[in-house]
This record gives sequence, C-alpha cells and structure tokens, in this order.
Amino acid sequence: MGVLVNKKSKVIVQGFTGSEGTFHATQMIEFGTNVVGGVTPGKGGQKHLDKPVFNTVAQAVSEAQADTSIIFVPPAFAADAIMEAAEAGIKVIICITEGIPTKDMIQVKEYLKDKDCRLVGPNCPGVITAGEAKVGIMPGFVFKKGKIGIVSKSGTLTYEAADQVVKSGLGISTAIGIGGDPIIGTTTKEAVELLMNDPETDGIIMIGEIGGGMEAEAARWIKNNATKPVVGFIAGQTAPPGRRMGHAGAIVGGADDTAAAKMKIMRSCGITVVDSPAGIGAAMAQALETIKA
Amino acid sequence: MNIHEYQGKEVLKSFGVAIQEGIVADTPENAVKAAQELQKQTGTGWWVIKSQIHAGGRGKGKIKGTEQRGVALAKSLDDVKNISTNILGNVLVTIQTGEAGKKVNKVLVSQDVYYPGESQPKEFYISVLLNRNTGRNIIMYSTEGGMDIEEVAHNTPHLIHKEEIDPKVGLQAFQARKVAFNLGLEGTAHKEMVRFVTALYKAYDSIDAAMFEINPVLKTSDNKIIAVDSKVNLDENALFRHPDLAALRDISEEDATEVEAGEHNLNYVKLDGNVGCMVNGAGLAMATMDIIKLSGGEPANFLDVGGTANAQRVEQAFRIILKDPNVKAILVNIFGGIVRCDRVAQGIVDAYKNMGNIKVPIIVRLQGTNAEEAKSIIDQSGLKVYSAIQLQEAADLVKKVLA
Repeated sequence: MGVLVNKKSKVIVQGFTGSEGTFHATQMIEFGTNVVGGVTPGKGGQKHLDKPVFNTVAQAVSEAQADTSIIFVPPAFAADAIMEAAEAGIKVIICITEGIPTKDMIQVKEYLKDKDCRLVGPNCPGVITAGEAKVGIMPGFVFKKGKIGIVSKSGTLTYEAADQVVKSGLGISTAIGIGGDPIIGTTTKEAVELLMNDPETDGIIMIGEIGGGMEAEAARWIKNNATKPVVGFIAGQTAPPGRRMGHAGAIVGGADDTAAAKMKIMRSCGITVVDSPAGIGAAMAQALETIKA
Repeated sequence: MNIHEYQGKEVLKSFGVAIQEGIVADTPENAVKAAQELQKQTGTGWWVIKSQIHAGGRGKGKIKGTEQRGVALAKSLDDVKNISTNILGNVLVTIQTGEAGKKVNKVLVSQDVYYPGESQPKEFYISVLLNRNTGRNIIMYSTEGGMDIEEVAHNTPHLIHKEEIDPKVGLQAFQARKVAFNLGLEGTAHKEMVRFVTALYKAYDSIDAAMFEINPVLKTSDNKIIAVDSKVNLDENALFRHPDLAALRDISEEDATEVEAGEHNLNYVKLDGNVGCMVNGAGLAMATMDIIKLSGGEPANFLDVGGTANAQRVEQAFRIILKDPNVKAILVNIFGGIVRCDRVAQGIVDAYKNMGNIKVPIIVRLQGTNAEEAKSIIDQSGLKVYSAIQLQEAADLVKKVLA
C-alpha cells in the first residue's frame, strides 16, 4: 500500500514525449510503475514507449482511467499543466518541473483550493512507494521495501537518507519529495500526517532546509499527534543568511527560519534531531529499538 | 535578481508610481550636469547624491578610509561635484556590504524632497512580498518609515500592518484606502496614498517582482506621496517573460567567480571557510557543508554540480573551487542515482590529470549506482585522492586531512 502512490496507481506523464519525460517514463516503467500513457498536446493518437499518447489530460482520464500524473513540462507551461490535470479529475499530481515563476504558483494554489486532488511539488524528486510504484526521478534501487517513511524538501538528500535507512537494516515504505520552492502543494506537515496514518509505516524521517516555517508547523502537529518515532535533520546549519535586499521576508515568516531555530523547535516537540546528515539512518534504527524495549 | 535604486525607480515611474526624481551619473562632471538638468525639471535648489550599489545602509555607510557618507546632501553645484568626486570609483562600506565594501560606479543625483511647506514631511514604510505561509502576496506597511524595519517588528509589532491580496481579484480599492487610513493620512495626502499603493501593486504584479521595499515612502510638505528609495527584487524564474528587465542585471555587483560558475551552469556561492566542496543537489550540498563543519573544518563554498557530473563539469568545478586561496582540501560528495558513480569517478580522475597542478588533498565520496567500481577507479588512479563510500567515512577523512 504506502501513501499517495501504489501498484494500483494509473499514472500518466505530462510532457511524455520530451527528453526528460521519455527518460524518466522509461525508468518508471522498468521499476514496475503502472504507466498507462502520456499527454503531449498535438501528438494524440500516437504511441510512445508502447503507451498511448493523448492530446489532453481529460482524454487520458476518460480513456485510460488515469488517476495520477507526473509533470515534466517546461517551467513556462507547467502551471497550466497542473491546472489541466486538476480540472480533468487527476487525484495525485506530482510536478517535477523546476523554475516555475512564483506568480504562476500563486494562481495554481488558488485554483486547486476547491478541487479534489493533491499536488506534490513542484521542484521535487517525486514520490516512491518501495516495491510498488515510483512516480518520480529518484534511483529506485536505493529504496528497499520496509517500514520507514521519508518526507524531504531535497532530492539527493532523500536518496542519502533512504540509503542509510537500508544500511541500518531497515527499509522504506513511502518517500515523499515535497520540493523546496516557496509555494508547494503538499506541506511537510501534510506529508508527515499521511505517513503517521499509514499502517505500513513504523517511523518517519523528516528532512528540512533553512527558510520558511513548514518544519515548525509539522513539529507542532507531531507534538500533539505522533504515534510513531520521528527523526529529523535540517540542512543548512552552516549556510550564511540569504541574499535578500530587505529583511521583510524574515518578518513575515514569523519565527526565526534558521537551521538552529528549526532544530530547537523540533527537539522541543519530541523529534529526534540529528546534527550530522551521516547519522540519520542510525538514529532511526535506535528510535525503533527504544520503542521495542 | 536585484536591481539598482535608479533602475527600480524608473520601473516604478513607468507604472505611475510617484518617485523622488533623479538623474544617474558616472562622473563628477556628469553629476553636475545632472544636477543642473534636475533643477530645470523640478526646481530643486538642493540635491541628494546617492551611491548606487546593491546593498542597504548607504546613508550611514562611509567611503573606505574617509568620512564621506554614501548618501549626502549637496547645497550647491560645488557640493555636487565634491561629493561625487569623493564617492565615484571608490569603495563604500555599509552594514550590509561587510568590511570589503562595494565599489560605486554610479551616483543618483536626486531632487531634495524634504523642503519646508504647509505641513511637516512624514516618512512611511511599504513593502510588497510573498507570504510563504499562505501562498499569497501581501502589502506590509508601517508609520515607522526610514527606520530598520526588523527593529520596528521586534520592538513595536503593533505598528506593522499587512494587507493580503486575494489572487482571484487582486488588490481592492478598500485595501488601498485601509493602508492610507492606517497610516493616518487625510485629505489630499490620503488620495495620493491610495493612488500610490494601487500603482505600486500593479507594478509588482506586472513585472513578476519577488519583493518591493520602499523605505521611506514620503509625504512631502505639500502632501505628495513619493518613493524616496526603491529596493526591487525580481523573480529570476520569470525573467524569460521580461527581457527588458533581465537586461538590467549589473554583473559588476556580483562575485566574479560566482558569475563564471553561473556561465557553466554551476550553482556556486563563495564562503569564508577552508574546505571546498562539490556536490550534486542543493540539499545534499548544504548537508555536506554542515558535515565539514562537524568535522572541524569550515565550508569554503556551496557548489551544486547538478545531475550531469561528467569530466568537463567536474574540471570546471575544481577550477572554480581552487580559485579561492583559502581552500586547504576539497570534499566531493556525489550520490549517483541516475548518473553512474564509475563514470563520475572517471570524470574526476580525468579532470585531475588534465589540471595537473592540484596541491590540496581531495576526498571523493561516491555512493549509489556502481559505488564499489567507482572506489576502485579512484584507488587505482595513483592520484592523491582519498575515497569513501559512506558519508561518515568522508567526514572522518576530512578530519584526518585537516589534522
């Protein structure tokens, strides 16, 4: 099972016939993801990677019963692609595209408010449920099946964490790359909540970065709702303050958004926070041992 | 992307935002001409000479080695010439530039807007930016203009007001009126503020700005509302829609090595430490910096090589890291997923041989697809390169080479 994606997910690729779409669709199919087709406007009716190409997402939904979409459309057109998927009735929309203008994402967020769907990303590595479905660009072999869920803003750091989990003798249920843009669909707290409610997940790893208030929000939720151990890491303890002209951003963010401030809040909410990124896997293994004991 | 005050004001003016008028000059002679021209246009008898650099704190900052402030009032054309001579071509040090300061290539010769009249001039603060928590733009404003807004937020948070903009309908008239009322304005000044805020938000929305900070916004003694300063930050992801704005980039304001890295599509930020690093992915790059610190070093840079770590890119990255004379060791940390580690290892070996004169120890940590093969390529290369597979091993090696 896992969360968001599983072997029953019927996945389409928006931007299917482009070079990124083609490369990663091939990898996903090799992994065993149920890719039912793709969308490239103007190429409807063709076959690509032995799968049907549709002109619109609506067609992909009605003809191939697609319920999940992964988007590789270039940044100038990606917001449109997300809204098209939402309007067509796709339930899980995963946007990989990096570099979408903020103004476009403000509109997307507003558009999605009354739609029955969940957006993951943009600017994210996607979602993988080990042994079932990879709807993303991560190296699938790293994610051995197990019972640890991962929520992360970053790509390669997610792979690092998954690798450490596996080396510690554990494995992965679902890893959710939520993306690092200022406006994203699924927040850290929402992703943690999904995993907390997943019967196949025994522990959660939460990886954040400097900037924004999402880790603090998630930590406060965890404090009141945790039923499983949570291990956290915040990248950027040594990063210099952002290059911004004014200081307005820091004020709006409310609380301090440095790594140190976030780690402090997370610790105070009962999360096991590691200082070193090399210690993520071992900390998770130990947290599970402590519970058993 | 940041732009200069004079550029920001031109953009604002083109959207109908009233500004303190000024003419930019790059020599003392041109500054005098600008002052004369400005006198003709606006009738101003005094001028304000403002250094144009991408950093705040200019008014309190001083030209290196002198008592000349970065922003100064000139009461005569001789003053204009003297102040401009003191500033142009010299280095301005402000609280935001650090000790190194920034070279001033242009001054903005501006009209004096604090002239006496029927009422007292009054300064306000207005910014427009994204509220990340709600995913909507807000106008943030305060009666406490001309001050450090972070201090205002800390000491007197009730003096900071916010108007959130509904993306479905944009800024509404009642919101602009609210700004004017909350700033205590009435009569002509109230109307002028409504017009100012409306035009300001239109400009922000139209140019895909990431942030506007206008501090101060001035109510003049004759009840005009004008932008005296402008900090305009543009969304780099949206510059493809605004080639005219993209052309405003001033590369001389940026670190030369960072610009060069950018030309090679390497995301590099120079820092002050002694251990360089080369990593794929921004999050892992930050985590690698953190582990350098935990191992007793200080990160000398942030460098994300991205997805394709081939010999050419690796060599470019090495060259950029090694431009920094403080670098005593380099940690390469690549998690090879789609990209195979053995290829990356070969790229590192080739780059190393090609460069020939690398004097600092290099630690290479390759994990992921074909990590074992990669390690043996490194180990058998005969080069002064330490190899690791686990992140902790790499951290221990950093400790060892620094000892």
